[in-house]
Amino acid sequence: MIEASTLTEVLLLRDYNTRVVVLGATLLGLGAGVVGSFTLMRKRALIGDALSHATLPGIALAFLFATALGYDGKSLPLLLTGAAISGAIGVGAISLIRRTTNLKEDAALGIILSVFFGAGVALLGIVQQAPGGHAAGLESFIYGKTAAMLVRDAQLIAIAAAACVAVSLALFKELSLLCFDAAFAASRGYRTALLDGVLMAMVVVITIIGLQAVGLVLMIALLVIPPAAARFWTDDLRRMTRVAAGLGAASCYLGALLSAIYPRLPSGAMIVLTAATAFLVSSLFGVQRGVAIRAFRRRRFLRRIELEHLLRSVYEVVEAHADETAPVERLQSLRSWSPAALRRVIRRAEQGELIRRDSGDTVRLTTRGAIRAEWLTRQHRLWELYLITHADVAPSRVDRGADDIEHVLEPETVAQLERLLDDRDRATPPASPHVIVTEVGR
Amino acid sequence: MSLSPALPLAWTWTLDGWIVLTGVLAAVAAALLGNFLVLRRMSMLGDAISHAVLPGLAAAFFLTGERSSWPMFVGAVVVGLLTALFTEWVHRYGEVDEGAALGVVFTSLFAVGLVMIVQAADRVDLDPGCVLYGAIEMTPLDTLQVAGFEVPRVVVVLSVVLLINVLYVSLLFKELRIAAFDPGLATTSGFPSWAMHYSLMTLVAVTAVASFEAVGNILVVAMLVTPAAAARLLTDRLSVMVLFSAVIAAASAVLGHAGAITIPGWFGYRSTTTAGMMAVAVGGLFTLALLFAPQQGLLPKAYRRVLLSLRILGEDVLGVLYRVGEQAAAPAMTFDELHERLLCRRGSLWAVIMVLQRRGLLQRFNGTSRLTDLGVAVARDLVRSHRLWEHYLVDQAGFSPDQIHTKAERLEHVTNRAMRDQLDQATSVASTDPHGQAIPEETPEEP
Repeated sequence: MIEASTLTEVLLLRDYNTRVVVLGATLLGLGAGVVGSFTLMRKRALIGDALSHATLPGIALAFLFATALGYDGKSLPLLLTGAAISGAIGVGAISLIRRTTNLKEDAALGIILSVFFGAGVALLGIVQQAPGGHAAGLESFIYGKTAAMLVRDAQLIAIAAAACVAVSLALFKELSLLCFDAAFAASRGYRTALLDGVLMAMVVVITIIGLQAVGLVLMIALLVIPPAAARFWTDDLRRMTRVAAGLGAASCYLGALLSAIYPRLPSGAMIVLTAATAFLVSSLFGVQRGVAIRAFRRRRFLRRIELEHLLRSVYEVVEAHADETAPVERLQSLRSWSPAALRRVIRRAEQGELIRRDSGDTVRLTTRGAIRAEWLTRQHRLWELYLITHADVAPSRVDRGADDIEHVLEPETVAQLERLLDDRDRATPPASPHVIVTEVGR
Repeated sequence: MSLSPALPLAWTWTLDGWIVLTGVLAAVAAALLGNFLVLRRMSMLGDAISHAVLPGLAAAFFLTGERSSWPMFVGAVVVGLLTALFTEWVHRYGEVDEGAALGVVFTSLFAVGLVMIVQAADRVDLDPGCVLYGAIEMTPLDTLQVAGFEVPRVVVVLSVVLLINVLYVSLLFKELRIAAFDPGLATTSGFPSWAMHYSLMTLVAVTAVASFEAVGNILVVAMLVTPAAAARLLTDRLSVMVLFSAVIAAASAVLGHAGAITIPGWFGYRSTTTAGMMAVAVGGLFTLALLFAPQQGLLPKAYRRVLLSLRILGEDVLGVLYRVGEQAAAPAMTFDELHERLLCRRGSLWAVIMVLQRRGLLQRFNGTSRLTDLGVAVARDLVRSHRLWEHYLVDQAGFSPDQIHTKAERLEHVTNRAMRDQLDQATSVASTDPHGQAIPEETPEEP
């Protein structure tokens, strides 16, 4: 069990190491969330993956050159510069392949990732023989582990994250235009190549600073998962960026704390898993595009359609028989609905006070129901007439098409139909252009 | 740079032969499947699987309690398949962009695997590196007896994998092709495209995992994408693309090992990682394809563009000289006059004038250029095209006379005799253009 004292010590960040790791990781999560939102919307979520792998040859070359010239090959600024240069070359090569050939983004990413990483591995094979190179571990030195983060790393992360957030805020309008419609942005005179360059530069900065602090897979995860999770909550890019930054920071904070409390859980993996949990929860319950809300919307829409079909059926039976009431069995024969479904939708319509049920299994429309039924029938028949007169569809075949579209006709479209069909009489629906069979048993 | 004599090319067939053969087998097996990954925009799957197999390895270890190959192989393949499956779910049900879905899934699986391995760390030394970063250099050491011969185990395994892949691609070629280009059509023509999808995913996972242990994951990721992408640049036919990708993969395996042995020697080092150099070699071959591919390559494209612009400039020179000839008695222009009219680079103009002269369309005399009879004939057709277009644009297409010149200037270069005849018909055999200039008669065809 965990001692209460350990818990308070960790939660209040009393331990110096924990404080550094938690704060550093949280800031990184925030910055990566912001940058990742833009790359996700630009459909380049995996650019961070390719970029991280593409840094390896730069690191090895920087080490080799530095030792050959007599400097300390393991100086951090030097290795970071090497990483940044080779990463930037990789990103440039990806964009060259994408622009000049018929290969797609994914192929370009895969090529650069594997070829650059292969070159890096080959160079590391040489680094290990380098004179004076106690070079073994260069790879793990640069692809750090979260738990071993130093103050220096945390400071670098703070600077990089602040820079990325500042640039994103300053260029928010331009970057969001680039993400949603690059062609439109170009036509408005924005320099999209330059903006893409700015975006890629932000990715390079945050990735390289993050890589040496938290390692390769965690860095990729921080760039991809929080923005993808935020996407379920909102359609607004500004809000999405904020949610992604928040989710990224929270995942890092929680993951790093969990790992500090339970030493057997590696911090990088716990951060990824926290973020993955946030992703799962968001994908299910996100209020904008979550699975649950979309299922709910769909269900509500289908119920509305069912209800509207009932109202129109009642109207048509009433109209055909010049009777106030419609027997349920006639409604039953009008459409292919099961008796149970019909009873369910009648009950819902009753609750909504759209129809009333009389004794003897007949229903009648209330005033509210009659208004809505009339309006629906009118739209249905206007569309049928339109199909017959303007689209040359046979009268016997227009019912299905109108059945689907009557629920989603906009008022503007209805107005246009009225003009086209010269239908000025807004009060009552026109006569049905086809036979409606309302008799039972035919 | 020459080969250093102190470090000769140490190539022994018993060792390097097996290494190269292993590399070729793994590379070709991956490249064959890679064609369909590239076409279906799933090139990053290899990279994702190479990270995501970790929990499969760990789970196999937890279940069996030992580090034997078979359970780990099965576990890794299963998780490799799950990576594809989860990605598909996140993409379809979550409506997440495919790349992002892949990123979410493989990083999460990797994290799960890492946590599992750390839990086992005090019981056994389970190094993911031993499976992910297999060393191709060690292949000749672990051998099996096959029909009386001593063959490296890895060679046997990879031969089987390659055979399966060759059979899969050749027997199901038609189905794979339809599924790659038009999954909807595949479903309507009676075989389920999801079956093609998951059989492909299974083979990718099997190939990847079998190769990870033998040659390391870098080589697999490189060979799944790069040979197929290079082949895609060279051809538009899928069957040719598959063949090319196999050849490119095999060639880069050979080149890679040779490079790993020799290239470090140039700088005074011993050999380096073969798998890494094989990835570099395939990258080099891709770069060659990118630069020189006949249709897609950057240099042929640039060459065609320059050629086209020079051809247009040449036609403009002829047109200018012809128009001058219509007005002046001595239809000749100096180089500077031509340069002033055409506003092009002096070098290009020189080159064009030389070519026109060599073709006998233009004569130079005392620093001035004039058309030959042949040149006049060619130029007349050009000017006729120009003026017919102008007339057509005003007469039939409703443009105003001040808008038409630049349009006609472009169209005249792509108008042949048949089109001119049609324009002539459409404008009811006009004799002057909208600017009032005479439309020249068609040059009679050579007998």
